Amino acid sequence: MQMSGAQMVCEAIIAEGVKTVFGYPGGAIMHVYDEIYKQNGFEHILNRHEQAAVHAADGYARATGEVGVAMVTSGPGFTNAVTGLATAYMDSIPMVVISGQVPLSLIGTDGFQEIDAVGISRPCTKHNFLVRTLEELPRVLKEAFYIARSGRPGPVLVDIPKDITVDIGDFAYPDSVDIPSYKPTYKGNKRQIEKAVEAIKSAKKPLLYLGGGVVLSNAADLVRELAEKTQIPAVETLMARGVMGAKNPLLLGMLGMHGNYASNMAMSETDLVISLGARFDDRVTGKLSEFAKYADIIHVDIDAANIGKLVDVDYPIVGDVTQVLEKMIPLLDDVDTDRYNAWREILKRYDVLHPQSYVDSDEVIKPQWAIERIGTLIGEDAIITSDVGQHQMWAAQHYPFDRPRQWINSGGLGTMGFGFPAAIGAKRAYPEKTVINITGDGSILMNMQELVTAAEYKIPVINVILNNHFLGMVRQWQTFFYEKRYSETDLSFQPNFKALAEACGGIGYDVTTKAEFDAALEDAIKQDKVCFMNVQTNRFEDVLPMVPSGGALFNMMLPQKTEGEEK
Amino acid sequence: MAHSTNERRVISVVVMNESSVLARVTALFAGRGYNIESLTVAPIPNSEMSHITIATNGSTKVMEQITKQLHKLIPVYKVIEHEEMVEKEMVLVKFPIAENLSDIAALCSTYNGGIVNVGKEMVIAQVADEPKRIKHFIEAAERYNPTEIVRGGVVAIER
Ligand SMILES: Cc1ncc(C[n+]2csc(CCOP(=O)(O)OP(=O)(O)O)c2C)c(N)n1
Ligand SMILES: [Mg+2]
Repeated sequence: MQMSGAQMVCEAIIAEGVKTVFGYPGGAIMHVYDEIYKQNGFEHILNRHEQAAVHAADGYARATGEVGVAMVTSGPGFTNAVTGLATAYMDSIPMVVISGQVPLSLIGTDGFQEIDAVGISRPCTKHNFLVRTLEELPRVLKEAFYIARSGRPGPVLVDIPKDITVDIGDFAYPDSVDIPSYKPTYKGNKRQIEKAVEAIKSAKKPLLYLGGGVVLSNAADLVRELAEKTQIPAVETLMARGVMGAKNPLLLGMLGMHGNYASNMAMSETDLVISLGARFDDRVTGKLSEFAKYADIIHVDIDAANIGKLVDVDYPIVGDVTQVLEKMIPLLDDVDTDRYNAWREILKRYDVLHPQSYVDSDEVIKPQWAIERIGTLIGEDAIITSDVGQHQMWAAQHYPFDRPRQWINSGGLGTMGFGFPAAIGAKRAYPEKTVINITGDGSILMNMQELVTAAEYKIPVINVILNNHFLGMVRQWQTFFYEKRYSETDLSFQPNFKALAEACGGIGYDVTTKAEFDAALEDAIKQDKVCFMNVQTNRFEDVLPMVPSGGALFNMMLPQKTEGEEK
Repeated sequence: MAHSTNERRVISVVVMNESSVLARVTALFAGRGYNIESLTVAPIPNSEMSHITIATNGSTKVMEQITKQLHKLIPVYKVIEHEEMVEKEMVLVKFPIAENLSDIAALCSTYNGGIVNVGKEMVIAQVADEPKRIKHFIEAAERYNPTEIVRGGVVAIER
């Protein structure tokens, strides 16, 4: 069939089953937008900044597991999208970003709004394409979606010169992809799996170390089955919250810099780490030479380059977590779960000794209370996104996550400004679910223009701003490590958050008491409008436990047990 | 496979012939802080592929990462970390015509080369040999006041 390059882009998006595209038009991509106007195979959401458009596509992808799609113009449109690409890249999120480029004849001439998009995005995409001919466009689009979702997922950029979107040619969307140089490994090596199983059966203190790969592989049910069958306790990384489910007695909690005592001690004392889809990030391991010092390590990862990158691995298994567990679980029929009884008892005692706790207050809203309260009132029905800072860590520590994909945050890059647009993407994917962005007074301002997007499209996400009048996480480090010199972290000067939300067509709530919190949240859930809940919290609350950067996991700063109601 | 730290290694990378593939490979080295000592690239005859030869150095662990990271690049077919190889490098050297040409010719032939071009003011010699011997040749050639030396970078083939 004969059509323009711009039409081909739309046809490919429809063929891939994409229902929503997030984006922002401009000169180089205008022909594609002209075709978007004419078609009705998918909807387009006009975010008010390209960064937000990419985060929204990212949030959509994280919530659904499908490829998110964003569209931007050349030059500044593309450069605005870079933080979004990098955020998705660090967390292995499947995404296709389509950018306009100046016409082929102008490439290399410093043309108006020309920037080397493939050059800039090379280190923050899984792959990228500069389309050079109309003939290759259908294949490139097909490959982009395939590469984004296969193997270790990631964002793919397709940069399309304007003249290619105008030219007319034959279109047939390929049914299949064949890239001889790209063949991801899904099946784990059978021999290696058998060896790992033997190691599990002879361990005394095994530990499941669960990472974001479990979520990406949709393997949570299998992981729960493995834990249940073997009675091996589990720790989750920031990216894996929800995999085991908060009520699961085998879940110790989150490990790492802000992990709980039992989780970090478990990692320090285990004799066998069973790592599933985790990558030994420095925020998780602390001082590497002390990390899991007494343990052999089984490492299951779809990305061979992750294995042995930071720690030496005894049982490397390259493969998809789902496929590996499908083979591994049946081999564990005769596992003797009593072997691990003593180990679980030790860990239970650790948890009693130093539970995840905070000191609540009657005078002021504690951020941890607010998060627990959302959990109590909405719990598993909500999708929780977050920004970056203390509020993010408290959310990860205190929210009762019940299922994978319920918790959406920027773990690898730590991008402030991610939460609100990501919530918009998630809510668009699941309109029937309550979507709450737990954010800070610093982070929310980094994409606050999205109030307009959410108001226009009636995407009623709830932004709970845990307002400590600080760039709190940086302030905490200044308290601990910079002798309380609060250099440029005091946010005493504040916008009127309530008025700001209202000015953009949303709702604002000022919340200073627990009663007001409940009332505002209850009201917000019923509204079909986006809102800001401006929640005043105490200013100097710290995220604890904390492993100082570069320290050993077992050297934690723990919460002080002072007067007040211990929770 | 035990190599001492920071040993010199030669890697062959077989890639799809596409415009940006060399940039992807070199950017990976730059971005992850790996060294490139020399790099050569040329198309593989009668194929859609090119052969990149990279001489680098690093510990066993670093080499393993380099190999794995290269493999992750979509247009990379094959990465060979050479163990048993034949390795050659070429060098072109320009000498003033006033130098002792028979000495230069004799030196070049010791290193599998010879004089390949003679002009009014200069002669050009070409030598192809193992990189270590190329180094020796250049040291020896210094005596004849070379005005320009161009090394080609190594190519290698596994035995
Ligand atoms: C884009 C970006 N800039 C800077 C940082 C560094 N940073 C990490 S946390 C933080 C403070 C966040 O403040 P706020 O959103 O109010 O959250 P709080 O820690 O107070 O809960 C900063 C500045 C970052 N992560 N991202
Ligand atoms: Mg704050």
